[in-house]
Amino acid sequence: MARRIAIVSAMGVADETVPQAAIRGPSWDGRFTVLILFLPPALLLFTLFVVLPIGEAAWYSGFNWNGFGRPTNWIGFDNYRFVLETRAFWLALRNNGLIIAVSLAVQLPLALTLALMLAERFRGAVALRMLFFMPYILAEIATGLIFSFVYDGDYGLVASIWRTFGAEPPHLLASTDTAILAVLIVIVWKYFGFHMMLFIAALQSLDKSLIEAARIDGATRSQALRHVVIPLLYPTIRLSMFFAIVGSLQLFDVVMPLTRGGPADSSNTMVSFLYNNGISRMRVGYGSAIGVILFVICVTFAFTYQRWFMRDE
Amino acid sequence: MRLLRKLGLAAAVCLLLVDVAAANTTVKWLHIEVNPAQVKIWEEVARSYEASHPGVTVEMQFLENEAYKAKLPTILQSKDRPNIIYSWAGGVLKAQIEAGVLDDITDQVKGYSDSITPAALAAFTSDGRVYGLPVALSQVGFVCNKELMAKAKVDPAAIKTWDDLLAAVKMLKAAGVTPIVVGGADKWPLHFYWTHLAVRIGGKPAFDAALRGENGGFAGETFQKSGELFKQLVDLQPFQNGFLGFKNPQAVGYFGDGKAAMTLAISSIYNLQRALAADKVGLSEDKICWFDFPVVPGGKGGQTDTLGGITGWLVTKGSPKEAVDFLKYFISKDVQTRLAAGNYIIPVVQGADAGLNNSFMKLIAANLAKSDYHQNFYDQSLGPSVGRVVNDVSAEIAGGSMSPQDAAKAIEAARKQGN
Repeated sequence: MARRIAIVSAMGVADETVPQAAIRGPSWDGRFTVLILFLPPALLLFTLFVVLPIGEAAWYSGFNWNGFGRPTNWIGFDNYRFVLETRAFWLALRNNGLIIAVSLAVQLPLALTLALMLAERFRGAVALRMLFFMPYILAEIATGLIFSFVYDGDYGLVASIWRTFGAEPPHLLASTDTAILAVLIVIVWKYFGFHMMLFIAALQSLDKSLIEAARIDGATRSQALRHVVIPLLYPTIRLSMFFAIVGSLQLFDVVMPLTRGGPADSSNTMVSFLYNNGISRMRVGYGSAIGVILFVICVTFAFTYQRWFMRDE
Repeated sequence: MRLLRKLGLAAAVCLLLVDVAAANTTVKWLHIEVNPAQVKIWEEVARSYEASHPGVTVEMQFLENEAYKAKLPTILQSKDRPNIIYSWAGGVLKAQIEAGVLDDITDQVKGYSDSITPAALAAFTSDGRVYGLPVALSQVGFVCNKELMAKAKVDPAAIKTWDDLLAAVKMLKAAGVTPIVVGGADKWPLHFYWTHLAVRIGGKPAFDAALRGENGGFAGETFQKSGELFKQLVDLQPFQNGFLGFKNPQAVGYFGDGKAAMTLAISSIYNLQRALAADKVGLSEDKICWFDFPVVPGGKGGQTDTLGGITGWLVTKGSPKEAVDFLKYFISKDVQTRLAAGNYIIPVVQGADAGLNNSFMKLIAANLAKSDYHQNFYDQSLGPSVGRVVNDVSAEIAGGSMSPQDAAKAIEAARKQGN
């Protein structure tokens, strides 16, 4: 935070708004003024909307509390123990892992391939881009509802396709074996367009002369792609991966209308597990413990990722 | 004299102010009823109350069953909470009373409450204080489709024991009929099997002992056995394809469409299946049959013991007195008789069951009248945290992902963790 403010002052905010400071250069004095002016509101908002709720959740996680009135029954770390002893929690964690894996191994490559095809200017490119981007614009809850009809084993699209082959249609969302698979398909369908757009934007801002130079040097199309274009896209790919993983960890609103985490918890994610326990079951302390665990996972990931993969940005 | 005039003036001003205040009273009434025909009657009742009580507006709000349960704790702690809310009594009600989010309406309903069936009123009474008014009773049992049963040559009246039921399921399957439809995605329709078996096997003593943690609590023999018997049924694959993905209204509609021979349901399904059937007509009275949940040989539960609901309305903390007044109006003999005449409810106001005019609902009313032990739904009476585990494990047994023993242990673990 402080570093960014310092950069702002060095880049000219100080020069325009505080001319005296500019004459003396970006001194500590000038930077201090900016700090005094701009830090408190940010700090206040950050405390109010980030630190306090997290602190509150951590506090509640120490109670056996049903959400009514004030919590009084302090049980220490028991909620965490209960969470870790629950099979459904590990299932949810596994599902989050699966979602991340599929996002990275299927969604991103698909998005990249499509981006490479659609980044060039040809008739219909824009229309196709919009078409692929459309699922991303659609509200999650609507997506879930639409697909719960698509997957319906009696009336759904999947069922009618199955019937044309003369087979008894499956109820994908009602089986512990297929529910998570069905959810994964929806996730890929919904979010690949977003990553595709990121890649297209990056591709269009690439320095074309590098590719031309490679071609002149005799590189084939695929060689140029592999050795020039993709490496140039690395920053965007890293960003895309970051979004995909954090998004996967937080996934909730696609799952609820589709399966509500069922059957038998087989398609729960961490957040739907949290909701089903903390809210539906009115076990606010227990739910808070799940929330804190999820928060720790997310923060650990975000910091590690920043440190290892996104150092340069 | 002058003093008197001043007093008179003050009184007049006061009256005027009270009148102004009364003119602005809104009673917010949150319900979960999905049957439009019944809601229509409620609307009419609300409007007629407004007509006879100038200045009071009754505002109806609706939330779907599951959404309602999920939102309730937050709703109750909001400043803008509704004044009248739906309740299934039991553990959830207890938690709400303890949290102090409800109004104690004992004094306001004094005298009036005598008209209500004592057992129903007792469900909304805690430590001698009344926190709500019951509106309807219900019983869980097998509702069946006469035509489909006949097609498989199954006589519903002959299904008396659990084995009879299993045999019936086999015969229905052999005849190519889907034996049972259930809304497994909502889980609670599946818990009827597990809990009703427990009611039949252990009866009231087993449940009370389990609540006290005796005999192994809910991990004890009774509850393991109910899981095992339920598993026997599950192993016959009696449910419609994809039953774990069906929400309850879907399942009820499926039954109304005549696609399955039976469903274990709350008696109010009689009307609901018509509203939720694809053609909005559903099964007419002469096509529906009913048989009580079969007994388990050697079980300690009485044959007439019933599982079901006692539903009613609660008044939230800080509500205007008109809220209780409206409730008394709503749960009056006239309105109850009217709802009974539409066969929407088994009424709780004494004498209102005279309004019931079809054999199905009359049968349920008679069943409830002769029942010595009416067990409220486990998922309600055990409170949200334990009750939902009962629903969970029932769905897991049905889905084959949990053994009856582990299911019973999971419930006991939840009871011990408590809340």
